[in-house]
Amino acid sequence: MPLENEGEDWRMLDAQYISPRSVAEAVEALKGGGKDAMVLAGGTDLLVQARTGLRDPRLYVDLKRIPDLMALDISSKGLHLGASVPAAQIFENEDMKALYPGLTEAVDLIGSTQIQGRATVGGNLCNGSPAADTVPSLLVLEAICVIAGSEGERRVPASEFTTGPGETVLRPGEFLVRIEIPAPSKGAADAYLRFIPRTEMDIAVVGAAVSLTLDSSGCCEAASVALGAVAPTAILVEGAASALIGSTLDEAALERAGSAAYEAAQPIDDKRGTAEYRRRVASVLTQRSARMAAERARGRN
Amino acid sequence: MSEKKLKYVGTRPIRHDGVDKVLGKANFGADLNLPGMLHGKILRSPHAHAKIISINTAKAEALDGVLAVITGDDFPPPPSGKGSVEGPQDFGDMARNVMAREKALYTGHAIAAVAATTTRIAEIALKAIEVEYEVLEPVMTLERALAPDAPILHEEMRAKGEEPLPEGPTNVATRTVMGFGDVDEGFSSADVVVEREFTTETVHQGYIEPHAVVARSISDGRAEVYCCTQGQFMVRKYCSKVLDMDPTQIKVTASEIGGGFGGKTVVYAEPVSIVLARKSGRPVKIVMSREEVFIATGPTSGSHIRVKIGVKNDGTITAADATLNYEAGAFKGSPVMAGMMTIFSPYRMDHVRIEGFDVVVNKPKVAAYRAPGAPMAAFATEGVMDELASQLGMDPVDLRLVNAVKEGDTAAYGPKFKVHGFIDTLQAVKNHPHYKAPLGPNQGRGIACGFWFNAGMQSSANVILNEDGNATVVTGNPDIGGSRTSMALMAAEELGIPVDKIRPVVADTESVGYSDLTGGSRVTFATGMAVVEAAKDVVRQLRERAAQTWDVSVDDVEWRDGHAVAMNGHADDHEPLSVAALAGSAAKTGGPISGRASLNARGPGPGFATHICDVEVDKETGRVSVLRYTAVQDVGRAIHPSYVEGQMQGGAVQGIGWALNEAYMYDEKGKLQNPSFLDYRMPVASDMPMIDTVIVEVPNPTHPYGVRGVGETPIVPPLPAVAHAVNQATGVRFRSLPISPPRVLAALDD
Amino acid sequence: MAKTHVITEVNGEEAEFLCEPGQTLLETLRDELNLTGTKEGCGTGDCGACSVMLDGRLVCSCLVLSPEVDGRKLETIEGVADGEKLHPIQQKFLEHAALQCGVCTPGFVVATKALLEKNPDPTEEETRYWLAGNLCRCTGYDKIIRAVLDAAAELRGEA
Repeated sequence: MPLENEGEDWRMLDAQYISPRSVAEAVEALKGGGKDAMVLAGGTDLLVQARTGLRDPRLYVDLKRIPDLMALDISSKGLHLGASVPAAQIFENEDMKALYPGLTEAVDLIGSTQIQGRATVGGNLCNGSPAADTVPSLLVLEAICVIAGSEGERRVPASEFTTGPGETVLRPGEFLVRIEIPAPSKGAADAYLRFIPRTEMDIAVVGAAVSLTLDSSGCCEAASVALGAVAPTAILVEGAASALIGSTLDEAALERAGSAAYEAAQPIDDKRGTAEYRRRVASVLTQRSARMAAERARGRN
Repeated sequence: MSEKKLKYVGTRPIRHDGVDKVLGKANFGADLNLPGMLHGKILRSPHAHAKIISINTAKAEALDGVLAVITGDDFPPPPSGKGSVEGPQDFGDMARNVMAREKALYTGHAIAAVAATTTRIAEIALKAIEVEYEVLEPVMTLERALAPDAPILHEEMRAKGEEPLPEGPTNVATRTVMGFGDVDEGFSSADVVVEREFTTETVHQGYIEPHAVVARSISDGRAEVYCCTQGQFMVRKYCSKVLDMDPTQIKVTASEIGGGFGGKTVVYAEPVSIVLARKSGRPVKIVMSREEVFIATGPTSGSHIRVKIGVKNDGTITAADATLNYEAGAFKGSPVMAGMMTIFSPYRMDHVRIEGFDVVVNKPKVAAYRAPGAPMAAFATEGVMDELASQLGMDPVDLRLVNAVKEGDTAAYGPKFKVHGFIDTLQAVKNHPHYKAPLGPNQGRGIACGFWFNAGMQSSANVILNEDGNATVVTGNPDIGGSRTSMALMAAEELGIPVDKIRPVVADTESVGYSDLTGGSRVTFATGMAVVEAAKDVVRQLRERAAQTWDVSVDDVEWRDGHAVAMNGHADDHEPLSVAALAGSAAKTGGPISGRASLNARGPGPGFATHICDVEVDKETGRVSVLRYTAVQDVGRAIHPSYVEGQMQGGAVQGIGWALNEAYMYDEKGKLQNPSFLDYRMPVASDMPMIDTVIVEVPNPTHPYGVRGVGETPIVPPLPAVAHAVNQATGVRFRSLPISPPRVLAALDD
Repeated sequence: MAKTHVITEVNGEEAEFLCEPGQTLLETLRDELNLTGTKEGCGTGDCGACSVMLDGRLVCSCLVLSPEVDGRKLETIEGVADGEKLHPIQQKFLEHAALQCGVCTPGFVVATKALLEKNPDPTEEETRYWLAGNLCRCTGYDKIIRAVLDAAAELRGEA
């Protein structure tokens, strides 16, 4: 009997692989590949899912040979981060550390050294995990996702990109090209903390990103708070942000922000933590992240 | 005991197998490929408890590239009756564990297997096998297993052991009771009595190398097996039992082994690969995935233990009582007996009673894991001792010193202790700077003791003197942590030649005498004894050859520092003859020289350790960080001190992992939720501090160099030591493992 | 099944192989190129036993598809020593007894080499975090960390 047997739930023998050299080539390849064509960036999620049977790619479209997707550009306008730039290249970049310390920390927290040699922010976003480390940071930095597809390019805010666990706004044939983040304003800084039971090699039980802007007197002019792993997607917590805005980030304001995070969190019980535990830690990390971000912002005024 | 000053034993030479290992050239289980080899894959039950109604392999067999499909029907009937049980092993159960027959008893239980030209085709073929199950309620906890209305795993099983026993079908395999004196009387004379209950979860050995085997069937009925195992003779015997073959029809070669810790002391894929090879007529390789290792190989028991200890105000124990319930997994045979043998053994007591239950549940059949059964027992006893110390206002080390067993004391499980260094470890802890170092806020320090009885058993060794005067030391024990070099060191000492002139070899089952498996901390002790005996045999022959050369009596020849030396008035007539000279002239004096020894070693000597652990607790997140750790252990004598330290450090870190984050997590249907290194959280490098070691040497009088087993004891104290440190940091006593962040935070709230 | 033809560079030499497109680099190294020094401990990027260098970056070869390495440069454990001469990292692993079973050792050696090329003078903490993706179940990491720090000192010319 031949191996390919449509209609039975047997895994097909093998996939195909192509590595387009331009966005246009990739669009074409995905158009022809059907629903089981999958884009391959770092592969650190996709290849694990393929191995464990969660996904069954028939066509891998490797996006690492497209110059646009491998570019990391920082200018006065902000950051253009190609979707396939590996994590290690990002956190080794001194400008990234200086301008977006929270996002850079989040990137540095993805997996082991080996994983960081491959994993990408684009993949972290497109995998759609509620626990993705970089997504809370992208939310507080008001990142814009630039998407390519057969209909052309479109731009979606990072806060709208993920729609549920494993689900994104990407339509069949579309893929993420780059992420754009505005340049930080004067007195602004960000921070990201996550909790894991070990010191490394875990998926976030909770992640908390804070971005805030302090005026010259140390008063918080603007703030944004986002949580990961406490809801079907990473969430912006308006209540926590408003608790910080207008304050000098005193303990009382931090506690109010923490309480808002506790209330906003809608976590589940799973193997990585209980719902109540996650709420508690969301509050703690929100406060700690805000403290870190404030410390950095003070240094920029 | 050897009184002379030792030249090689106690030094730290580079291991003989080391160069190949750092170069990546050592061959592990998965590294062998044979011409024409097929790849085997095993279909595993998706249900924790189910009757197998039917298996249809027709579609799988019809696939291009599939050369064999097998089920339980391709195996002989599981052994029963005479010869089917040997010690703790029931070969009928083993046969059913290797390939399910009537029932699937855990998620991951082998149901069928395939051999195909590629692993991908084999995987597809597994999906083409149709199995009809009648799904039954899974039994996932001790509580459920012991409930009156519990589903029964084995309808034919009846409880054995001491009355009273459950009647009729039950999940209790055995009830055992041991002890002496009158515990009621003992407790009535106590000033303070503490009674507590403790629980631990199923944990895995976590060796980095998954199980791997290549088998070849030979048309005359023989088979050859290459695999990673802790015992090539064990694989030979167990395969012969499961497959109804004569043991010597099977030749087993042990590959380098990438960790075992007890987990590679039984067979899983080995008999399956032989049957596939026989059916396909081609060599078959099976390599488990990490997920298969977690779901389908033996972890160690989850446990529930109740301990009650009474003491006088001066700390003297008046009585102790314990009940241990251990999960065996799908088939009987938990290490509850070893738990019972170790639970009170560090302490002297006149009145003691220990009761143990071996209970089956729908989890993989447990296998040995480093001091099997002892760490959870120590977690309970040491936990009560720590609480008693604080109630009495005594230093916890002092409470142990008051009660520590000495030479001549009777262990709670019967035997009298020979000389050992338990008290020396306690004194060393008291005198260690770590014990007195200041602690910061949210930090705590705990100490705990551990005991393991160690094993002796059967070993064989050949020492072959080569024509250049170098020696080959051949044993039948896979080298799991440097034992080859330890064997070479002892042979070097006996022969008087440098250790790098000795090549230690682990032989296959056709090239050395029978040897029990590598386990029970027995190899350096028992196989070491065999090597020493075999080397002495060589020395005796060398003296004879020298006597013959000089034409003197053998009594006039002494062996000194690698030379035959003429004595008793002949010294001036004859220059000493070196090993090399005697080996070089062997052809003229009677032929090649080799020595051999086979023995059943007795008197392994108990292993005692005391550990100190410092932690810091983040009271907002519940995370426990280990800041400092010191392991003190009586090792008898350290043949290779670096490897002894390595055992102490590795065991301590496994124990810390067990204490803090490792645990099997099952869903309500009995499916394992965390069968990966991502979610089964073993310690990573950044989780750990350096592990300081203090080697105490109180030689074991039954071993020529004073060796006592080292490898297992170090995993016993960490569970309680970590818990006690967390208690000091938080004021909360943790009696359930793991002490994971959610549990810590929840406990701090109460 | 049509196989993909790949030309790459392994340990300084051109290597050419045929692979199934979905086959991992780990499978190809071990089964097509007979470079079995790279080990599989998990196949999901969680243990580091399959660590190799891909264009100068440390990666898990179980999470790289074989066709991806076309035209790239690979370094495996087999390329660490200079012929018969051990690399100082390998020598220090031996001297410090930094291996017991040895199955994680190739991955640790490759990862350590990557660390020391980037950071010749790492602290203990930096070393531990860099190597957090390499699991060892035998040693408790103590002797591995000492070996790495000593190798670093030797490579800096201090030891």
